Amino acid sequence: MSAQSKPVAAPLIQLRGVHKHYGDYHALRGIDLEIRQGEFFSLLGPSGCGKTTLLRTIAGFETPSSGTLMIDGRDMAGVPANHRPTNMVFQSYAIFPHLSVAENVGFGLRRDPRPRDQKSRAVAEALEMVGLGGYGSRAAHALSGGQRQRVALARALILKPKVLLLDEPLSALDKKMREQMQVELIRLQRTVGITFILVTHDQEEALVMSDRIAVMFEGEIGQMADPERLYRRPNTKRVAEFIGKMNLLPGDVAIEGNQILVDTAGLGRGAIEAEQAPGGVMPGRTTVGIRPETLGLLFPGETTDRRLAEGVVDEVVYYGDMTYYDVRVAGVERPLTISMKNLIGRPVLEVGAATQVVWDERSLVVLSR
Amino acid sequence: MGIFDTSPRARAAALVAPPFAYALLLLAVPLISIVLISFWTQTGLTLSRVFTLDNYREIFSGPIYIWGNQNRWGVLPLSLFVSATVTLVTVLLAYPVAYFVSFHVAPQRKSLWLFLITIPFWTSYLIRVFLWKVILGYNGVVNTGLIELGLIQEPLDFLLYNLNSVIITLSHAYAVFAILPIYVALEKIDRSLLEAAQDLGENRFTTFVRVTLPLSVPGIVGSVLIVFIPTIGDYVTPELMLGAGGRLISNVIQTQFLQLNNWPLGAALSIITMLAVGVVSLVFILLNQRWLRGRG
Repeated sequence: MSAQSKPVAAPLIQLRGVHKHYGDYHALRGIDLEIRQGEFFSLLGPSGCGKTTLLRTIAGFETPSSGTLMIDGRDMAGVPANHRPTNMVFQSYAIFPHLSVAENVGFGLRRDPRPRDQKSRAVAEALEMVGLGGYGSRAAHALSGGQRQRVALARALILKPKVLLLDEPLSALDKKMREQMQVELIRLQRTVGITFILVTHDQEEALVMSDRIAVMFEGEIGQMADPERLYRRPNTKRVAEFIGKMNLLPGDVAIEGNQILVDTAGLGRGAIEAEQAPGGVMPGRTTVGIRPETLGLLFPGETTDRRLAEGVVDEVVYYGDMTYYDVRVAGVERPLTISMKNLIGRPVLEVGAATQVVWDERSLVVLSR
Repeated sequence: MGIFDTSPRARAAALVAPPFAYALLLLAVPLISIVLISFWTQTGLTLSRVFTLDNYREIFSGPIYIWGNQNRWGVLPLSLFVSATVTLVTVLLAYPVAYFVSFHVAPQRKSLWLFLITIPFWTSYLIRVFLWKVILGYNGVVNTGLIELGLIQEPLDFLLYNLNSVIITLSHAYAVFAILPIYVALEKIDRSLLEAAQDLGENRFTTFVRVTLPLSVPGIVGSVLIVFIPTIGDYVTPELMLGAGGRLISNVIQTQFLQLNNWPLGAALSIITMLAVGVVSLVFILLNQRWLRGRG
């Protein structure tokens, strides 16, 4: 899923220099953000980074200390949550315990001018859409976690909001349920075409579901990009370490003619493209990142035309389909982590075995501080 | 050697025995005695233990106790009415206080607020009743205050020695008992439910009506029972606040036992009152259970 798969439209949500202070605590530090119509957008970051505050600001539960928020071309200053074209799926789901499933889903239809039977048909359709057809008369407290979440989704989507806000909606579910709901949410978002904004601390969840991701640290957006770009070309060490696993090596950048040369400790010199330094090309000492799956080990009998470096196996972690090796190479303090698919004929190496690390300069990424 | 070496069942029985004996002696025995005495007759200074329904017949035949006449209500319906009014006033006044403490007081200050609310309890109940007499009396604080301000010429005489004064005094006395259960019910409401209601288009008032109020019903029912049941048995306040001739059912029962020395009639009146209170409480409990059905 890349951003190109959907037509580019005018920004539906626009934030300009949004700050939020709680007393001395500076929760949001100048957020500039544009989210397009129909986008699946994720706010990703560690707990306390301000992602939930940002979501609640869009929903109208928090007032920014400064800056502007526009939704659909309208300034939202002074507009309370109940008058905003947004609906939210809460982390706790916030299902009303005194109402039935159907009453929960139809809660927001009170002011809807349609006659009663049309409203109950809309409720039945919304329940059908989230896979809970026929559950309408059940008591809300008798539902499982996954079902509660679906009720919360139906309750928000029935109002056809311009934006659906999801606050860590999957964090309370077990792993299997979570993966199933991820797929269902993507499908649902494509069907209804509503802009989704997801808050999550789970980088995998964000990568799987989003068209674009904003990674947040300490109230600021560290990087904003589509999942592939974010994973392959993180611009800072912080982003690189937060998303997936990344080997960080000291390196030297030099410019010779129109070539950018990187000398990576333990691996060697190689020429890179400018886009491999998303934080900008700065000659001198730097940090070079390389993902475990873009490195390899040369097994006996195999040949390669890629670059090689001598190493010794330091640690072996066997995952069944994959094996993770920690390999020491000369000139680097921390061993390199390398993931290998356990293909036919590939032995699992022993700790202490001498080996050769296969690498490629195309997978290097130069990180700024 | 001792009870702790015996079987768990025996140990449990031994642990329960003292409070059980206490409950038996101070609750069951008096209650059974009252039931028994209500079927006996007073003959001079002794009780005749021949089974009779005369006491109940007397209660149900005349206008005094139950049926009343054109000029005045029966004592029991009047007492139930007074208790119901006290309950209504108390709960209506307690709800905003509980709501305020639960929703608008900072979490670290809540226990201080609850503590402040209980301060009236530091004064004896009797003294609080007398204080209301001072406040509401003919030359009391309210009347002299209003006269000083020039708002009235003559003291108001509807303040003291009538049902108003009983209702005011009892409502004040039982306020705390009503505040606490409602406060607990409000505290249990997940705050994200209120945000969810707002998110779904409700303003603060409609959120209260559709979410907060229904979810606090168990607390309201608790408060109603806690206020209604004891107020009907309270005889100090009506004794002091009703003045001469005024009588509620608790005073009538007390008079039968202590002044007219007619224990059997007093016992029968107690039983009838208990049954009436029991029926009202049962209705509330059933309503609450119906309400709770289909909820967590």
